[in-house]
Amino acid sequence: MNRPVILPPYALSLGFEIDHWDNGVPVLGCDFGPRVLGRPGFWHGGAISGFLEMAAVAAVQAALEPDDDSARRPLKPVNITVEFMRGGQEKRLYAIGRVIREGRRLANVSAEAWQDDRSRPIAMAQMHVMIGTA
Amino acid sequence: MVAAGLISQAGHSDWLGLAFHAESDDWVELALPWKAELAADAQSGVLASGPIISLMDTAAGLAVCRRQNRIVQQVTVDLRVDYMRAARPGRTVIGRGECYKVTRSIAFVRGVAYDEDIDDPVAHVAGTFILLHETPA
Repeated sequence: MNRPVILPPYALSLGFEIDHWDNGVPVLGCDFGPRVLGRPGFWHGGAISGFLEMAAVAAVQAALEPDDDSARRPLKPVNITVEFMRGGQEKRLYAIGRVIREGRRLANVSAEAWQDDRSRPIAMAQMHVMIGTA
Repeated sequence: MVAAGLISQAGHSDWLGLAFHAESDDWVELALPWKAELAADAQSGVLASGPIISLMDTAAGLAVCRRQNRIVQQVTVDLRVDYMRAARPGRTVIGRGECYKVTRSIAFVRGVAYDEDIDDPVAHVAGTFILLHETPA
């Protein structure tokens, strides 16, 4: 069963949503629109970064063992490095995170964003996420 | 050239509410006003980290133009953001982007985001941009 993933107000107001699940990991999707527009005709790099970060955090949420009292463990971003490989065209963007290592307190996560072809990512990120206690 | 006129009045920057704050020869400060839509958590109202990245990417890009005294077509190559602490809910966050070196094709940037005291920053950033047109010698 897929573990619950909660997207924050920031993600919801930009239109980020769970598009589908891939082997227990949420794949986020977001349509292009004025709210994510950067230079004319392209996604804003900051919006792409925020999207990658949400995919990374969602992957950690999905990977965490639920606590006994089912309280949610708070996740805090420590840092992120984003690389931009291609411009984001005026169409739907997808992203998925991959938990490389889940420690007791820190998760190392990577994330990729793509449009038409998953094997041609437009941007990727490396992120450290602190896992708090509920 | 002043950076104030270069801030986009449309798109993502406009949705975030980014506004000009201050500038010098090689840095530009933008203001990101707090709003509930940008929160990481509805209860606490703490700002999500995504808007901070957008703030710093935009301020750093303007700093590249400011340093060269002209509009430079550029694309972000990479950007690293370290989050030192949560921004205080309700407070405007200021992002200072600085361009400390430009070569013929690459601009190197760094910056800080702060909500009160620049010596007690919310985030630190470092990154590079590629210039789409060569800088005249």
